[in-house]
Amino acid sequence: MKHLIRNGRVVDPANKIDEISDILISGGRIEAVGKALDEKAGKTIDAKGMIVAPGFVDMHVHLREPGREDKETVRTGTRSAIRGGFTTVACMPNTEPALDNPDIIKALKEIIKKDALCKVAIVGAITIGRDGKALVDIEALKREGVVALSDDGYGLQDGDLMLAALKGCKKSLLLLMDHCEDKALAGKGVMNKGFVSTKMGLRGIPREAEFTFVERDIELAKKAQCPIHIAHVSCKESVEIIRKAKKAGIPVTAETAPHYFALTDECCATYDTNTKMNPPLRTAADVEAIKEGLADGTIDAIATDHAPHTDSEKDVEFDFAPFGIIGLETALGLSVTELVDKKILSWSALISKLSTNPAKILGIEAGNLSKGSVADIVIIEADKKYTYTGDSIVSRSKNSPFIGWQLKGRAVSVFVEGRPVMLDEEYGRV
Amino acid sequence: MTLKEKARILDKSSMDKTLERIAHEIIEHFKSIDDIAIIGIKTRGAYLAERLAVKLEHLAGKRPLVGALDITLYRDDLTQASEQPVVHATEIGFAIDGKRVVLVDDVLFTGRTIRCALDALIDFGRPAQIQLAVLVDRGHRELPIRADYVGKNVPTSLKETVEVRIEESDGKDEVVVCDKEAQGMITR
Amino acid sequence: MSQKMVWAKKDLLGLEYLSREEIEFILYTASSFKEVTTRQIKKVPALRGKTVVNLFYEPSTRTRMSFELAAKRLSADVINMAVEASSVRKGETLIDTGRNIEALKIDIIVMRHDHSGAPNILARNVRSSVVNAGDGWHEHPTQALLDMFTLKEKLGTIEGLKVSIIGDIAHSRVARSNIWGLTKLGAKVTVCAPPMLIPEGIEKMGVRTTSDIAEALDGADAINVLRMQFERDSAVAFPSRMEYFKQYGITAERLAKCKKDIVVMHPGPINRGIEMSSEVADGGNSVILEQVTNGIAVRMAVLYLVAHAKEAAK
Repeated sequence: MKHLIRNGRVVDPANKIDEISDILISGGRIEAVGKALDEKAGKTIDAKGMIVAPGFVDMHVHLREPGREDKETVRTGTRSAIRGGFTTVACMPNTEPALDNPDIIKALKEIIKKDALCKVAIVGAITIGRDGKALVDIEALKREGVVALSDDGYGLQDGDLMLAALKGCKKSLLLLMDHCEDKALAGKGVMNKGFVSTKMGLRGIPREAEFTFVERDIELAKKAQCPIHIAHVSCKESVEIIRKAKKAGIPVTAETAPHYFALTDECCATYDTNTKMNPPLRTAADVEAIKEGLADGTIDAIATDHAPHTDSEKDVEFDFAPFGIIGLETALGLSVTELVDKKILSWSALISKLSTNPAKILGIEAGNLSKGSVADIVIIEADKKYTYTGDSIVSRSKNSPFIGWQLKGRAVSVFVEGRPVMLDEEYGRV
Repeated sequence: MTLKEKARILDKSSMDKTLERIAHEIIEHFKSIDDIAIIGIKTRGAYLAERLAVKLEHLAGKRPLVGALDITLYRDDLTQASEQPVVHATEIGFAIDGKRVVLVDDVLFTGRTIRCALDALIDFGRPAQIQLAVLVDRGHRELPIRADYVGKNVPTSLKETVEVRIEESDGKDEVVVCDKEAQGMITR
Repeated sequence: MSQKMVWAKKDLLGLEYLSREEIEFILYTASSFKEVTTRQIKKVPALRGKTVVNLFYEPSTRTRMSFELAAKRLSADVINMAVEASSVRKGETLIDTGRNIEALKIDIIVMRHDHSGAPNILARNVRSSVVNAGDGWHEHPTQALLDMFTLKEKLGTIEGLKVSIIGDIAHSRVARSNIWGLTKLGAKVTVCAPPMLIPEGIEKMGVRTTSDIAEALDGADAINVLRMQFERDSAVAFPSRMEYFKQYGITAERLAKCKKDIVVMHPGPINRGIEMSSEVADGGNSVILEQVTNGIAVRMAVLYLVAHAKEAAK
């Protein structure tokens, strides 16, 4: 059946479009984009006053399956993604067991086929068991269809091994997504090292733990002539290093998560473990630098690093709580409230960060509304304020510091491959 | 909580005369000032005790022992407190064993404050005798407590309150009866 | 004193969270309680029928004893719970332990824990009052309060006093609480430690920093000498105890260059010959034993005030 999305403000940076327009969907693809398309062409969805954009692509999500289905599953995680307006997520390999061999990837693909509500791109591990010692069989993983490799959760400490990994990725044309963290410098730190950690009496993670490895790995990528993607950029030094590298023509891309432009380490003062993540929340100066990095293109993508944890794991002493917060359902709201409303990014720029660029970096078919493209579409209600409540959370885990926040910007309808997976109140919800 | 003044029972001069009379009564009862300890209940009772002590010294030629008792820690109404309890230090610089103690307070109402004062005193030692002097007795006893020396009997209703103002703490000397606006308040 | 609620908090988690007025109110209340400890019968019925639990995740004889005595002198019932602390925490979570204690209708939990923030987390999960008896490197509010109480007794006022805190500042909860309390009451605080034991950003708490013991002692009205914990974190800076004593130890020679009436404090237990010489510890300027005595009065005041605030909030 054909669908006709009418009268929405179509924002498609890939085709430099930002205007009121209609979109006709047929056979899972975009049949036409234009003004005043034939009303009888398909089932009408009225998008008047809404923004219509290519479905978001989250480059960095932890679905936790296999192994920790108590925190999240492919089903609950992808449902959370749809709620947030994401039609594709890239899932990280720090599952149990890790995604480090073709068999486990095969098994995961079966689960995805059965349970996923949105598209899932698989990120394989860089080292076997993610132990930082021996490389995986990169070509074999590529054959199974992984889109990238990452040892996310840990930084790859051995520079030699990193260089070898980069060379392997270059040969197999796989993206390397880099969690930059010098373990020796980070030590047993649990939050940003600074005045707040001093006041709170907690061990701090110095910013050097991140940016020295950003620097090291960009140099290695230059040497290996292989593109590298820096995950969850959190501090101003990292932004500056990436900026310089891009200027020098080195093929580096970068992502940041919404919490790095919405919160500072001051929020940790109550010892709320939903403010504990790695890399940690930094200072106001870093938040400014992240915003600047987004505005001037240094940071290409917004990726949530959605990291579900159960209540019983998080409701403990700050030192014992695992790092990470969920993020799929708040990414859009935080981005609109903190970036678009504050005039840091235009809508077009935001859609680039959430959709166009991540798709390009991962090399997947998504992120644009061109005629003939796969119809992954999100319809956004952009100007009504709402409160993000604990009850509304669809993810299996509820570890978010944003509960109770007033946000603007909400996905109301989502199409995946032309199927309406979520439609707003008037038509029913998923 | 606001108070509406209804009547003034004592002014500065009548208050002074009342205390003078109580001093006379104390001397008349005990005959001598030896082993007498005048202990006032903080805060206003303590100021009144000091005034009594001065008058007694005048009459007897010798100053009695004087102390001040803070009963905050002996109050049985911790569970009903709605205002900040402020604990002031008790100042009794002498042993009370064998002494003849006259407790002094400004207003005698339910008697609970006096009961606390008795508990506190007995933790300090074993006086030979404890008597009670109050400036005003407003009735409505909830315990079997009575005063030995009363400045003035002032029958009141429970909707009223008796305010004693002392120059040392309130800037002037007077005793007034007021209407309470707030309900359910426990004063003494 | 005004009638309004000066103290309305059911918990005492740290001095960072208190106003100057609240701190002064505790000290004033403590002075009244000190009088109780000088009586023959050192007991008042103020907390009769209330139950206090000493929940200690870290071993401590002295602080625990001090709190236990304080509670008993208020006529409360006291239970001691020593939780086996191990690096891999087996068994109940902190919050589960707290809820179990709450189910026993315990009124006040006095908690010592080896991880910063544990009392904060417990306090928002239980209705009982929580009094922090020391959490990780974060705060030890009753220690700082008794330190300030002792200073006030000796020197009359905290306002304008020059106080130097000497030792492993980075890992010291006593230091942090003292810094908060003293600066809020108008003292001029200097912290003195080897450079790697001065934590990042500490000047933002309103203190002067130095690594020179002579500079820290010069013109000081009082010094608070911290315990060096060589068995734990301090070892990173000073593998040698003799070296520490040589560079930072308070000796009679160093003291001779100070103000004659300088007040010497230490939270205890003292490492004689490391933080200070025996001569100084036992000398005329030392108020270490008075600190211990005052600790009871201060803790009685704290228990009394939080118990009352908890009742008033019902």
